[in-house]
Amino acid sequence: MIKIENLHASIEGTEILTGINLEVKAGEVHAIMGPNGSGKSTLANVLAGRDEYEVTEGSVDFLGEDLLDMEPEDRSRAGLFLAFQYPVEIPGVSNINFLKTAINEAREKRGEDPMPAKDFLKRVKEKSKLVELDGRLANRSVNEGFSGGEKKRNEIFQMAMLDPKLAVLDETDSGLDIDALRIVANGVNELKTKDNASIVITHYQRLLDYIVPDFVHVLYQGKIVKTGPKELALELEERGYDWIIKELEEVTA
Amino acid sequence: MQTEDELIEEITNSEYKYGFYTDMDADQAPKGLSEDIIRFISAKKNEPDWMLEYRLNAYRIWEKMEEPEWAHLGYAKPDFQDLHYYSAPKPKVQLDSLDEVDPELLETFKKLGISIEEQERLTGVAVDVVIDSVSVATSFKKKLGELGIIFCSFSEAVQDHPELVRKYLGTVVPTTDNFYATLNSAVFTDGSFCYIPKGKKCPMELSTYFRINEANTGQFERTLVIADEGSYVSYLEGCTAPMRDENQLHAAVVELVALDDAEIKYSTIQNWYPGSKEGKGGIYNFVTKRGLCMDRAKISWTQVETGSAVTWKYPGCILKGNNSIGEFYSVAVTSNHQQADTGSKMIHIGKNTKSTIISKGISAGQAQNSYRGLVKINKGATNARNFTQCDSLLMGNNCGAHTFPYIEVNNQSSKVEHEATTSKIGEDQIFYCKQRGMDETTAINLIVNGYCKEVLNQLPMEFAVEAQKLLEISLEGSVG
Amino acid sequence: MNETVTLTNKDKFLSHFDLVDFSMDEDFSSDKRKEAMELIQWLDFPTSKAEYWKYTRINKIIKGDYKVSAPENEIEIDLAVPTKNCIVLINGYFSEELSFFDITEGIQFSSLSDAKKSSSILKEKFNSLVKKDEIFADINSAYHQDGAFMHVAKNVQADEPYYILNMVDDSNIISNPRNFIFVEQGANAKVVLKTINTANTGSFTNMVSEIFVEKNAHFEINKIQDEAEDSFQIATEQVVQADDSTFKINTFTLNGAIVRNNLNIDSLGKNTMTYLNGLYPLKGKQHVDNHTYLLHREPNGESHELYKGIMGDSSTGVFNGKVFVHREAQKTNAFQSNANIVMTDTATINSKPELEIYADDVKCSHGSTTGQLDEEALFYLRARGLSKESARAVLVNAFASDVIEQIGVDAVKDEIEKYIDDNYQGIK
Repeated sequence: MIKIENLHASIEGTEILTGINLEVKAGEVHAIMGPNGSGKSTLANVLAGRDEYEVTEGSVDFLGEDLLDMEPEDRSRAGLFLAFQYPVEIPGVSNINFLKTAINEAREKRGEDPMPAKDFLKRVKEKSKLVELDGRLANRSVNEGFSGGEKKRNEIFQMAMLDPKLAVLDETDSGLDIDALRIVANGVNELKTKDNASIVITHYQRLLDYIVPDFVHVLYQGKIVKTGPKELALELEERGYDWIIKELEEVTA
Repeated sequence: MQTEDELIEEITNSEYKYGFYTDMDADQAPKGLSEDIIRFISAKKNEPDWMLEYRLNAYRIWEKMEEPEWAHLGYAKPDFQDLHYYSAPKPKVQLDSLDEVDPELLETFKKLGISIEEQERLTGVAVDVVIDSVSVATSFKKKLGELGIIFCSFSEAVQDHPELVRKYLGTVVPTTDNFYATLNSAVFTDGSFCYIPKGKKCPMELSTYFRINEANTGQFERTLVIADEGSYVSYLEGCTAPMRDENQLHAAVVELVALDDAEIKYSTIQNWYPGSKEGKGGIYNFVTKRGLCMDRAKISWTQVETGSAVTWKYPGCILKGNNSIGEFYSVAVTSNHQQADTGSKMIHIGKNTKSTIISKGISAGQAQNSYRGLVKINKGATNARNFTQCDSLLMGNNCGAHTFPYIEVNNQSSKVEHEATTSKIGEDQIFYCKQRGMDETTAINLIVNGYCKEVLNQLPMEFAVEAQKLLEISLEGSVG
Repeated sequence: MNETVTLTNKDKFLSHFDLVDFSMDEDFSSDKRKEAMELIQWLDFPTSKAEYWKYTRINKIIKGDYKVSAPENEIEIDLAVPTKNCIVLINGYFSEELSFFDITEGIQFSSLSDAKKSSSILKEKFNSLVKKDEIFADINSAYHQDGAFMHVAKNVQADEPYYILNMVDDSNIISNPRNFIFVEQGANAKVVLKTINTANTGSFTNMVSEIFVEKNAHFEINKIQDEAEDSFQIATEQVVQADDSTFKINTFTLNGAIVRNNLNIDSLGKNTMTYLNGLYPLKGKQHVDNHTYLLHREPNGESHELYKGIMGDSSTGVFNGKVFVHREAQKTNAFQSNANIVMTDTATINSKPELEIYADDVKCSHGSTTGQLDEEALFYLRARGLSKESARAVLVNAFASDVIEQIGVDAVKDEIEKYIDDNYQGIK
């Protein structure tokens, strides 16, 4: 589904990603873990196409297309979804209106008619249940006055509405209490099919109790330095990252 | 001894005068402004003496006034002697139905997306059309008549309801008020008049579409709305103007009178021709709008302003009655070379008076957008309250957004709060929208609409949709 | 035909200076005086029609009958100024007897007239910041008698506050004190600028200060205006800030019939930090007008403005603060706030906070509130056993506290706190 090769990216002249290689196939869940500042969020933002980051080397193939050559909105329309670490507030724009605009614009670009209002509302109802999002939130302004947990649930709700091929969850679990975490994770699991995939970026192994990954990657200094099965996450939780760093230093030494 | 020049002038002037009276069919007054022109306008409209006197008095005051300079605007001052002060379509027979309206006229309205039939059929709005200063079509008159509601052109009101016009004209905006209002008092050609009798709620939204049609014609509408005790009316004013190369002056006066317990809601969409992308042409819009609130009365101004090359406009309320309420909700968009100096005036005189000002300015291109507002709390205005919020949004780095509030408080028990913010449209917000599949234009429209929501919500439904469209059109291509 | 020459207000006003002897002045300064005199010829006193003077009428000031007088007798007075360095001016003239200095390496602190003889920086920069179209500033440039001079050399850190004391000790005095402060790169200094009046009949102090804050320098000035009940003051500060510098001014207007402050800050450098604070607790018929103008010219500047007023009796407060963000000044963060408490029905406040913004990537905001002491808070305090008067005093203190907190000189902090305590204990 997505193939990242030797990806280098920098912000304001500082190189953050120093050669990422990662392939994710349909039906898979990949977890990316790593200490603070290792480049986890940068990877998410580079995939989504944020301007501030400059890709200096490497390639990303997404469903047979050159992802790096696409505008952010085209990446979204092609099926890439980013659940933001800090979802922004948009005052005065209702959640419903926001999603309707997003969905219909994507349909228009594909040459389809706008989704009939009835179908749209049915879908809203169905998907908001999935993340136990209060119906009233749908009519409130996007993320405005939402609690931290509500914002994250809203991200998953939007993901459900847009039905992406590849979801990148950027620290969706940070700051969540256990109930909210469970709800978010359930949402993600429910949406999982053999045709889509997700990359779960997280700091804590906790989330991986709920979203079971097929692979766990450790990101350190802008590179994936270790890849393992889901058990690797547990090991990281117990032993921290130091042993990997040490291992790494021994190899390079 | 008279000089030769003076002699010639005297002769030409006297001929001029008589010439006019014999040439009553003229569609247009010759260029320029003088007492004779005012007599001509008045005669043309068959006005009673008191009306002529009112005009002449205003003219004499105006002659001594100077065009104000204090606004944050830069434009070539209009040459007031180079304008036509009267122009009218050929006199027409009184029309009983829309079928009798000039099909060409109806076609123009269709082009503007404002079909009268549509309006009538779908929305139940009574439309009083003003084209080049003279009303040519009026509808729903009968139905309103049954309630005793008067809704007609200003000229008709002068003829048919002189007692009401005489009683209220100039009571809110006095003849001496300001340069443009005084000019309007001297030369206004037509406009709308509305009277809601005691205790009556006007069952439909009254609406007038203004439009400037002929080149070089100064437009001087005069609107007077009187809501008698305990009555209610919602009035819509929408403006569109076709492309014009030369600057056109528009100096309207709107007076609202809300007697005890009455409520007036006055909504405006202003979309006069803003000039070309290079800043050529466009309407000069110098408007005086003011309402008077008696006890427990409420006046609410809502405006969405996207047009005009230069706007100078401060709709306000004189809160004279105790417990009266004034509100002002505004979205002002300036792009390309547009300039706007606009805001509100709230004068608190009565006890327990309340006012709210919500102003949203959007500036793009090379435009300059200024909020200028006055909140004045007089000594006797015990427990007066004002809340003002004015936000400015900047799009691009060649425009300006400015805030000039004047707050004058002379009362101990009053409370005045003013807040203002200026920022650019959030990059984060745009990126968030893009990540959800919207392109930049859609994202900006969505965010801008959200930013203006508080104001748009105040508009009647159909008007709000139109306003939303207008915002999108106005900001087309301003970012990127 | 008979010709009558009518003296204009300006002529009459300027005639006060006819007999003042400026012949001892240095050449460069004399030239500047001449330039200013010429400018004055083209200018007139402003009327309230001028937007800049909309809320302040100056008729009383310009029609006053004044005298210029250097004190002849030695004055015995205990200034009780908590510092080692103090310049004292009496009626605009430097007082050698009352001034005292503790010589510190790298800091030149003297009378302006002394500095004119020796300072090259003064010669180079004197009168370079003053706006030429403001008549009162020009009058000061033309007719100033003396003032304070301060030059802090590169990287010198002054720990102690430096005091400049302007004193009026006679009736109907007109004076034009002139100060010049230059803080070099990386230096750090604090000044207290205080005007007091020991005589009670109408005098007029027309003070101008030029302040240069160079790269990465820090400078704080605390201005205390405590003249007499019927005295007038117009004080103008012209400030320029270079890259990475910090400038702070705290203005306390305690006494004076008409006080007008013109504070003009030109932030020429990148990454500057500016604080403008003011407190005006007014009583009687005082009229106090604070005009501030802050110009952000370069990117990454930050400014915080906080002016607070307490209007008692029949006093009038005016606040007109403008923040101007130049097109180049991206990433400017400017915050402006004016809060007022109106204590009586005969008091007035006119507030005009303004933003004029030409750069798009900025965060600017301003707020203005006018109201009363919080009734609920008053009730709460009284329910806890405080008398109505003490409760009010507590709340006034609380209201004033965030301005007082900004003072970086302890002695000034104590002085202002005491003033508030003393004056708002027994109000009804």
